[in-house]
Amino acid sequence: MPSLKELSKKKELLSGGQRLCAGCGASIIVRQILMAAEDPLVISCATGCLEVATTIYPFSAWRIPFIHCAFENSASTLSGAEAAYRSLKRQGKIDRTIKFIAFGGDGGTYDIGLQALSGVLERGHNLLYVCYDNGAYMNTGIQRSSATPQGAATTTSPVGKAIPEGKQRPRKDLTQIVVAHDSPYVAQANPAYYNDLIKKVQKALNTEGPTFINILSPCPRGWRYESSQSIQIAKLATLTGFWPLYEVENGKYRITYRPKKRRPFREWLESQGRFKHLLSEKNKGIVERLEREVEEKENKLLALAGETPSSA
Amino acid sequence: MGKIVGLTGDETAAEAMRQINPDVLAAYPITPQTEIVQNFSQFVANGVVSTEMIRVESEHSAMSACIGAAASGARAMTATSANGLALMWEICYIAASYRLPIVMPLVNRALSGPINIHCDHSDSMGARDSGWIQLYSENCQEIYDNLIQAIRIAEDKEVLLPVMVTLDGFIISHAMERVEILEDEKVTEFIGEYKNPYSLLDVDNPVTWGPLDLYDYYFEHKRQQIEAIEKAGEVIQRVGKEFKEISGRSYELMENYRLEGADLVIVAAGSTAGTVKAVVNQLREEGVKAGLLKIRAFRPFPVREVSQALKNAKAVAILDRSVSFGAEGGPIFLEIRSALFEEAKRVPVVNYIYGLGGRDIGIDEIKAVYKNLERIAQTKKIEKLVGYLGLRE
Amino acid sequence: MKEKGWKEIPLGGLILEAGNAEKYATGGWRTYRPVRDEKKCNDCLLCWVYCPDSSIIVEEAKIKGFDYEHCKGCGICSAQCPKDAIEMVEETKFVLQEKGEQ
Ligand code: SF4
Ligand code: SF4
Repeated sequence: MPSLKELSKKKELLSGGQRLCAGCGASIIVRQILMAAEDPLVISCATGCLEVATTIYPFSAWRIPFIHCAFENSASTLSGAEAAYRSLKRQGKIDRTIKFIAFGGDGGTYDIGLQALSGVLERGHNLLYVCYDNGAYMNTGIQRSSATPQGAATTTSPVGKAIPEGKQRPRKDLTQIVVAHDSPYVAQANPAYYNDLIKKVQKALNTEGPTFINILSPCPRGWRYESSQSIQIAKLATLTGFWPLYEVENGKYRITYRPKKRRPFREWLESQGRFKHLLSEKNKGIVERLEREVEEKENKLLALAGETPSSA
Repeated sequence: MGKIVGLTGDETAAEAMRQINPDVLAAYPITPQTEIVQNFSQFVANGVVSTEMIRVESEHSAMSACIGAAASGARAMTATSANGLALMWEICYIAASYRLPIVMPLVNRALSGPINIHCDHSDSMGARDSGWIQLYSENCQEIYDNLIQAIRIAEDKEVLLPVMVTLDGFIISHAMERVEILEDEKVTEFIGEYKNPYSLLDVDNPVTWGPLDLYDYYFEHKRQQIEAIEKAGEVIQRVGKEFKEISGRSYELMENYRLEGADLVIVAAGSTAGTVKAVVNQLREEGVKAGLLKIRAFRPFPVREVSQALKNAKAVAILDRSVSFGAEGGPIFLEIRSALFEEAKRVPVVNYIYGLGGRDIGIDEIKAVYKNLERIAQTKKIEKLVGYLGLRE
Repeated sequence: MKEKGWKEIPLGGLILEAGNAEKYATGGWRTYRPVRDEKKCNDCLLCWVYCPDSSIIVEEAKIKGFDYEHCKGCGICSAQCPKDAIEMVEETKFVLQEKGEQ
């Protein structure tokens, strides 16, 4: 991977003046991805925070070709652009090498856009799909999605007398769903580990076929924390086992960063207001269950990667 | 010259698409459009087209992929029917508002529910406000001719709008007819190259498509669309004239069939126009001054041409193969009645809803309509404004 | 900015001027302003790689300062700086300072 010094000499492809909240993880992710790319890019984006805030007419923060079509079709819209590229290239009408990246939030990817994503993976388009996962429908005001972690309070999974724990169901493991499509490259990344993220993006862009990276996107508004804490909290997600960093290359699992000793899962819960209610005495059982589940998941992943289970 | 062949409506559409040879085709199979996709797949398998074909997992993705392709400077096509159109609804509006000249045969079929696979116009009529140009076809020849002209109309720089070319499900899509096919080179030359001034693949001149467009500019963008679809009227006529030069067949916004001196006029769209023509011919022989106004372009709707054609009639019946629930009459009726409002002399007009879910319509029913028009012309009285043809009480 | 009429804008909602969002100032969102101590900074560029608003100006791999037109004052740069070189200072201080200068 090139050093930060080298990367800093490249042209900044996402301008300032976009209107994401202060401290939003989405644009940190986008900036790191655009730094990583070596070839010209065409971008598509699902409706959501990133799209809305970067392209408010008549302003666009994108210094590269960009298309937004609707909420559920970032993948299929880009598949049309990629097919056009292949067609025109075959006909000798263009000769450039161009890479394609589709963005979608968790709502646009785990939920409403899952079918379009699945179609693109199955058809084998040569593009990278990036899900920036902030764990809820943040753009419309923090409603739960199937990526919302169990126990999180959102505006549609609020805490109340009858339901003291917030969201009652565990989150969907989208990364595993994509792995099941036999995509040549699938990974999970985290902007706090920019090195790891940039490497993964470069790998994905240099892989023929449909590739996918699920990236944790810290959200100060929805997760309820101070905007300056975005990177610390994102780090904590990986250190506590909530967001393991791994890749699956042609079916082969590899943990790309393994903390020496996993930090207690409680620290992750304590760092954000959306979990505050879980720390009360009456939700003790739930927290214990979540801790157990994280450990089970971690061990499962370690086994897949052929590593020794955690003793924590 | 071209060649004369026997083809079904779906085969005809596929044949026209082979000659158009789009850069990208994204489609999902649905009855009764299926044969279009199947035949085109065979063209791809045989290597006779240079199209990149995307076998999408839904019509929603079909239209989305067409948008991505058309915004990348590719000529993009799809085809669908009924529920397929309904599923791509959201994206149809986006295609029109992004000004992408996508061309799509629509094999007309009743919308669910209950589910039905046969012809009516509820699918296309429901999409009449989506910003697409709509051309209705009476028979296989018109499907062929309309599709080829549609490329030119859609891509005209004063227009830049998507076009749907409709054909009646099963009645035309699965009926074998005699069709005259032009030489491949003639079609290639007629349609020319697709050149969008802006393309996603033009990486040196990056543009942004599909921003968040709020109250400060959305209205202005809609006004541009209004302008474009109005201009489309002239372009449809101009392209029709040019098409005559290569085919000998001429096309207008609508077809006036024996309208000179006609007192009793039926207005129809699609295959039913053919049945009406047969009845008009019979009645004319019997001395009845019957005529037909066939709608070809429903969007843009040729208001002035239609009122001009109908203003001297003594009674007019409008046949609608779809319902606008809760409105007084079907979509074509509502347009025409409103168009005639500007005429100094009041023309009596009635509406018949017919053929829903593929219910057959025959010579006898059409004759009964002319009979009723005769009565209205004589008595100057309309007993029933909206009636139903071929419905059991 | 004067809003344009329908005949003056590109078709289809297209934005032809890529990256023109830089003309939109988000600096006014700030309540705290990042201020760097050049003596402490070792140009590791961590603040640059984590800034969500492309607001850390780097030239020749060296920090040149902040783009206060766009910096929203999130404080990530300050929190991530390993050298403790970035301090978040209340904006009101600068307002008072500017007033005093006038
Ligand atoms: S993070 Fe701190 S030390 Fe590193 S470049 Fe930025 S200000 Fe300088
Ligand atoms: S305060 Fe936030 S927006 Fe401003 S320069 Fe630092 S990281 Fe960037």
